[in-house]
Amino acid sequence: MQWETVIGLEVHVQLATRSKIFSGASTAFGAEPNTQACAVDLGLPGVLPVLNEQAVAMAVQFGLAVHADIAEVSVFDRKNYFYPDLPKGYQTSQMYHPIVGPGDVEITLEDGSTKRIRIHHAHLEEDAGKSLHEDFHGMTGIDLNRAGTPLLEIVSEPDMRSAKEAAAYLKAIHSIVTYLGISDGNMAEGSMRCDVNVSVRPKGQEAFGTRAEIKNVNSFRFVERAIAFEVERQIELIEDGGSVIQETRLFDPERDETRSMRTKEEANDYRYFPCPDLLPVVLDQAYLDHLRSQLPELPADKRERFQNELGLSAYDANVISASRDMAEFFEVVHSVCGDAKQAANWVQGELSGALNRESLSIANSPISARQLGELISRVLDDTISGKAAKDVFQALWNGQGESADEVIEAKGLKQVTDTGAIEAMIDQVIAESPAQVAQYRDSEPEKRGKMIGYFVGQVMKASRGTANPQQVNGLLKEKLDALL
Amino acid sequence: MAIEDSHVRRAAHLARLAISDDQASGFVDDLSRILEMVDQLQGIDTEGVMPLSHPLDATQRLRADEVTETNQRDNFQRCAPAVENGLYLVPRVVE
Amino acid sequence: MYEKTLTQLAAALKSGEFSSRELTAHYLQRIEKADGKLNSFISVTAEQALKQAEIADNARAAGTAGPLAGIPLALKDIFCTRDVKTSCGSKMLDNFIAPYNATVVEKLHAAGTISLGKTNMDEFAMGSSNENSFYGPVKNPWDLTAVPGGSSGGSAAAVAAGLVPAAMGTDTGGSIRQPAAFCGITGLKPTYGRVSRFGIIAYASSLDQAGPMARSAEDCAHLLGVIAGHDGRDSTSVARGVPDYVESLNAPLSGLKIGLPKEYFGDGLAPDVEKAVREAVKVYESLGATVREVSLPHTHYAIPAYYVIAPAEASSNLSRYDGVRFGHRCDNPSDLIDLYTRSRAEGFGEEVKRRILIGTHTLSEGFFDAYYTKAQQVRRLIRQDFLDAFEDVDVLMGPASPTPAFDLGAKKDPVSMYLQDIYTIAVNLAGIPGISVPAGFVGGRPVGLQILGTHFAEAQLLNVAHQFQQATDWHLQRPAFAEEYA
Repeated sequence: MQWETVIGLEVHVQLATRSKIFSGASTAFGAEPNTQACAVDLGLPGVLPVLNEQAVAMAVQFGLAVHADIAEVSVFDRKNYFYPDLPKGYQTSQMYHPIVGPGDVEITLEDGSTKRIRIHHAHLEEDAGKSLHEDFHGMTGIDLNRAGTPLLEIVSEPDMRSAKEAAAYLKAIHSIVTYLGISDGNMAEGSMRCDVNVSVRPKGQEAFGTRAEIKNVNSFRFVERAIAFEVERQIELIEDGGSVIQETRLFDPERDETRSMRTKEEANDYRYFPCPDLLPVVLDQAYLDHLRSQLPELPADKRERFQNELGLSAYDANVISASRDMAEFFEVVHSVCGDAKQAANWVQGELSGALNRESLSIANSPISARQLGELISRVLDDTISGKAAKDVFQALWNGQGESADEVIEAKGLKQVTDTGAIEAMIDQVIAESPAQVAQYRDSEPEKRGKMIGYFVGQVMKASRGTANPQQVNGLLKEKLDALL
Repeated sequence: MAIEDSHVRRAAHLARLAISDDQASGFVDDLSRILEMVDQLQGIDTEGVMPLSHPLDATQRLRADEVTETNQRDNFQRCAPAVENGLYLVPRVVE
Repeated sequence: MYEKTLTQLAAALKSGEFSSRELTAHYLQRIEKADGKLNSFISVTAEQALKQAEIADNARAAGTAGPLAGIPLALKDIFCTRDVKTSCGSKMLDNFIAPYNATVVEKLHAAGTISLGKTNMDEFAMGSSNENSFYGPVKNPWDLTAVPGGSSGGSAAAVAAGLVPAAMGTDTGGSIRQPAAFCGITGLKPTYGRVSRFGIIAYASSLDQAGPMARSAEDCAHLLGVIAGHDGRDSTSVARGVPDYVESLNAPLSGLKIGLPKEYFGDGLAPDVEKAVREAVKVYESLGATVREVSLPHTHYAIPAYYVIAPAEASSNLSRYDGVRFGHRCDNPSDLIDLYTRSRAEGFGEEVKRRILIGTHTLSEGFFDAYYTKAQQVRRLIRQDFLDAFEDVDVLMGPASPTPAFDLGAKKDPVSMYLQDIYTIAVNLAGIPGISVPAGFVGGRPVGLQILGTHFAEAQLLNVAHQFQQATDWHLQRPAFAEEYA
């Protein structure tokens, strides 16, 4: 039997506000436990929530970026349940009237093809605190610093059909939120967390199979691995005559498997109702227009422009536009050197390689986009050879100079194109290599082409790499052939 | 709508209230009478009436995104039943 | 001193007749002598009060004192007061020292008033008799065998007994107006959103509102001017200017259109109470007002709607009392669920549990639409009744309660207790303001006239109440109990 996988994602994005969604406490990561939990975050008696305007603006920006309907009126509801990291005994969320309505996101697959994934809605809510299970005499410690951090929960339609599509979707969401600057997108610190709904069905069948929800899959890689495992598990289960039960499962990256969360409890009843402490959020057209006018160019638009206007390949355009930092770096390099293809090659090749080796983000690159652009310009105008350029790159990377020109000057890497100077070096090499000259002369004419390499090497060495290799080649051939 | 023992026990569970069997039957009696009174609502035609959550037709004001709170952990934890290293302690939570 | 109204005391402080310290000491002494019988205070903060009085006296000497500086007040124990126990009448919060002040407390403090302490109340403001307090029932100073009303029963009894010139209460379904009526004082529930709810322990967030309880409408006008206004910490507080409530007190009432809702004079209203209310209305006619009957057709659905909405909100609001960060925690919890269920079972009283259970049940799956959505729809109809009535009349008048104060222990059945609030509860659902003023006695127990206005009509209500008090002296009557401690 042929099986089809159906995947939907719920992505929780921590919004990059300075203060919490309903209080004036800081959202900074990594503070001492409970030092950033104010009375509102702690749910002390009598305190009240007041909504952060930036959280609203960020949710709307996201909505606009995914072509969604923005709700004119959205309402906060209470989701009631008891848990120690949930101080009030309810989470303030948006159940019935979310701020962002249906929209869509275009994803690009590895082969360069694209697909539209529909977004069901996105809503604002508050994050919970953290339970720390290290031993406090058999007790659990509760840190509520994270409680009240604004989250945008982005719920997709079940439109993905493979683990790769799901990963591409997650990357697309990541790239949109980081482009917009509404989240740092740091998955390791939990700024982006993902629940995956997976089901399988016989190919051609319309009805969805029973889905399992895999909680807290917190890296692009884990999304692929968790889905791969879960799909296999479900297919095996069905083929062995069993059936999938609707449940919540946890992905264990150590064992590379998902396992049931063994909910002893009966299904929860969250008793959603409109939060009486908050009023309906009403947004007018002027506000939406203003935010729309502030939107940056988004990844999909950049990708298209890089391909159509700058002539980059679909692959290059996709890789470079995926991160706003990389795209902007690339654009500066391009504007300085004027050659998009070369700019793309350097950014993806030499630069990305060096960054990866030292685990640096492009924002922290030791070599600036302007420096790299100037360096490429010097290759393009034949000031230096491609080989020398790599030395210049390394020097700039190490901070041995402010600009490519300075490094070229200091290291004397400028290409020698003066025929007279090159001829002089050639003459000297010929004079110092009588044996090789004799060998050259005695060889079959068709083998001489190969032998010339030795002389080129010697001349380049003599010029410390600065001689223009094409010129050296031509002049050498002339001079050696004259000796025949 | 009649309320039964199972409803009261379920509500007590959702609300995390320990109740004994005796108390449960007392609550079934009380809640039955209260809900009987509440059931008068079913006599009004509310077709097409918008539910009213707030008495005034006001809309949410938004707060500037500024950090206005400072660390008051010691002040807030003075009334906490169990803390250690700044953390609130609860019986071990099994995930 | 205790026989003076707050307005008279303010004048006396200003003229230097006595100091705030003397005045404060006087009331503290009365509390000490009399409150053993009344049980109207949960906490008395004598030392703090005397210190504040000294500050007020110094400000007075320096010429920087405001009009209410040095006036002693009491706060219902639902207002968070920094460094002072804030119990909400519950064992759950018996050990809770609030780390901050409610906005109302801040404003009163800024005006230079003095807090003598925290008054007794029904637990979490759930009750109409003050018999639901963890700290025991409060007695009515007019008759120690009667209840003072609730939930702001401690505030009402203390003011009536002359233990404090005025007090703050909160009103979710009548909790200011009904005890004011039972104790023969004046109590104002402002428009929802007029006074900040920040720092007031929530019972039902869309209904709760704080207001003054005092000897006269004039006293209430002074106090409302201090506590009203927009608060950035409460999303539901209204950004709207605060008028000078004192200035408008003396506007003449000729041409005032009074509506008497026929539903407020029907079955269940004690004939003597009706008589007193109709007498009061006659006084208004003599002042130039015209009277007509109006109808609030959904009146009888107010209690059913309230007992869905208020418990639903309460069940959620009271989830934070879980024994983790503050409040009562059971001994040696065996696991998390034990910690929750036992701490809450031990910390909450019967009526609170009852309302948590109703609210949880009506919000739960399969019941939500039939109860909660329906009640919210009915709530709109109830509000519309009032808005329609105020198209035709300026104010509505009727009894604050169907009977005078009943005996302690008389109402054992919760539903019969709930039905006491028939005339007050719809006002909270609609969010309009209401005031109760003394209008006579039945069997030695006070009767309250309730006056209702449209949203933000507090100035008009106070004016209408004040004019009545210029023409009558019901509000100046004192229980014998007050004189015993003179």
